Amino acid sequence: MNPIFPLEAFTQPLSQNWWTYLVFGLIGFGFGYVLEISGFGNSKILAAQFYFKNLTVLKVMFTAIVTAMVLIFLSSAIGILDFNLVYVPETYLWPGIVGGLIMGVGFIVGGFCPGTSLVSAVTLKIDGIVFVLGALVGIWAFGETVDPIWQWWNTSGYYGRVTLMDAFNLPTGVVVLLVVLMALFMFWGGEQLERLIGKRDIKKEPKLRYAGAGLLLIGALAVILIGQPTTAEKYARLVINRTVEEQTIQLTPDEILANREVQIHPGELLTTMGDDSLSLVMIDVRSEADYNLFHLHGAQHIPLAEIKAATPKLKAETTQNTVYVLMSNDEAAATEAWKLLMAESVTNAYILEGGINNWIQIFAAEEPEITPTPAAPSNDRLGYTFPAALGDNYEAAAPSPHEWELEYTPKIKLQLKRSVSGGGCG
Amino acid sequence: MTTAAPAKPKRTFNLQPGNLLKTFFTRPAKPYVHPYLGGVMLGIVLFLAFLITRNGLGASGGLNRIIAAGEDLVAPGHIDQTPYLLKMAGGAKNPLDDWSVPVVIGAALGGAIAGLLNHRTKLEINKGPRISNRTRLIMAFIGGAIFAYGARMARGCTSGQALSGGATLSAGSWALMMCIFAGAYALAYFLRKFWN
Repeated sequence: MNPIFPLEAFTQPLSQNWWTYLVFGLIGFGFGYVLEISGFGNSKILAAQFYFKNLTVLKVMFTAIVTAMVLIFLSSAIGILDFNLVYVPETYLWPGIVGGLIMGVGFIVGGFCPGTSLVSAVTLKIDGIVFVLGALVGIWAFGETVDPIWQWWNTSGYYGRVTLMDAFNLPTGVVVLLVVLMALFMFWGGEQLERLIGKRDIKKEPKLRYAGAGLLLIGALAVILIGQPTTAEKYARLVINRTVEEQTIQLTPDEILANREVQIHPGELLTTMGDDSLSLVMIDVRSEADYNLFHLHGAQHIPLAEIKAATPKLKAETTQNTVYVLMSNDEAAATEAWKLLMAESVTNAYILEGGINNWIQIFAAEEPEITPTPAAPSNDRLGYTFPAALGDNYEAAAPSPHEWELEYTPKIKLQLKRSVSGGGCG
Repeated sequence: MTTAAPAKPKRTFNLQPGNLLKTFFTRPAKPYVHPYLGGVMLGIVLFLAFLITRNGLGASGGLNRIIAAGEDLVAPGHIDQTPYLLKMAGGAKNPLDDWSVPVVIGAALGGAIAGLLNHRTKLEINKGPRISNRTRLIMAFIGGAIFAYGARMARGCTSGQALSGGATLSAGSWALMMCIFAGAYALAYFLRKFWN
């Protein structure tokens, strides 16, 4: 079974299911409601955070973050949520740092952040209304002034979909536990500050909060004990829906491979190269030596061993019309890479049929410097020798789609998926 | 009495017609919920958002799209020449066709209902005791503009980055969150007269 969450409808363009807007409306309603009853419509409470008198902001924010975090990673651990499909804001480090500092200045000057000002405005706080007006101007101004920093804004410190687990190379559960511990420490420290500076009687605070802290710790320990599903586990439980004669049948990815549904003919790859409506990403998973000898023009080099690490970046760059074509010397390594991509929820991945050897056999017949090895190639080895490591400087590396008429059965069917990078506040 | 309790309104506006409305808007406000309880509730909303829809929460993104829609009405040619706006509203794209828009509309509704139910919907200005209404409003406007500018640069605000990215353990969101607090704390001392 695939994880049932996030719901299938939300991985497609929203306009296909009108009710998805309603769900987002309800989520927004809950968001606004909770902000208001927590006191976030009142700028005095928000600003008091920064004078250590009343740490409501810190408490609400971090309680929310750790509560949601523990629930998200527990859901992923027990296999009901596919974390690969969850939108994780991509890391654009420098724009984030500079933007964050600017936001901090705006926070203390204006007394709100955008979400809280909205709640303040609808409860008729005039300062909230004016903040919203200012925010609209600020948003507009950014759109008008981003041009000179466009390059910096889009590339500076860009790491893609990278989590704290990736950054510190720690297991998910350990990071979850550390974040919970850090939050609990901050709550303790915050209460001490309120006692000392805000002159607040901590003894009157509800004892129930200790039970809450205990629950969070238990949840974090459970995430460690259960562990996140491995790539092999994700692959094993993967099912793919296929419509055959108007009936939906479920196939395992191994059956898809055995049916040869995803191994595309070199001719189809050539056509796809010339198809502007598709965004083709060719991934060459062979060794660096083979890649340097010969590779298709435009093919990225990601060796099989690095495919798994590259999936977050691939997913972040996936758009609705992205098609991945994996290639090795024959099909063995490409098939392994395909399995990894499928397990990590990358859609629209295909394998070059017969690999590079087959490609050369078809397209390099008239290039005398490329000669077949005496023995027939086996075990995913390159079956040709080259005079030099010229990479894609061969005609066969970029054949013209117009010069070749090849017969094949088209297999690429675009599964419409909303791009994972399209989410978020941005 | 905790410091979290709402302050009494600074001014009561005599809203014609009639006392009915006046009474409605001057009912004593109910206390806010305990911060930890509010946090747990917010966390559950955030979790449900990710679980069901795979997206978190957001505020500035939705506002941005509403602005883009406005610009699209007034100056459609301008949108097609601005790469930043092109992504949202270029050509036949409807900038409002995005999850962040119903979230923002829902949030405004949710906040309004919560304010009414808890007797906190009052025409008033919240500010420190030592500054005038005018100063407070000018600060609010400038602060709003600065915050939103930074939010777009960082590709998300406290909701879309700090909350949503924080809960999904995005490395960049955590760095950004620290910077929001750092920026505010760094300046807080110099603005102490405005808030205390």
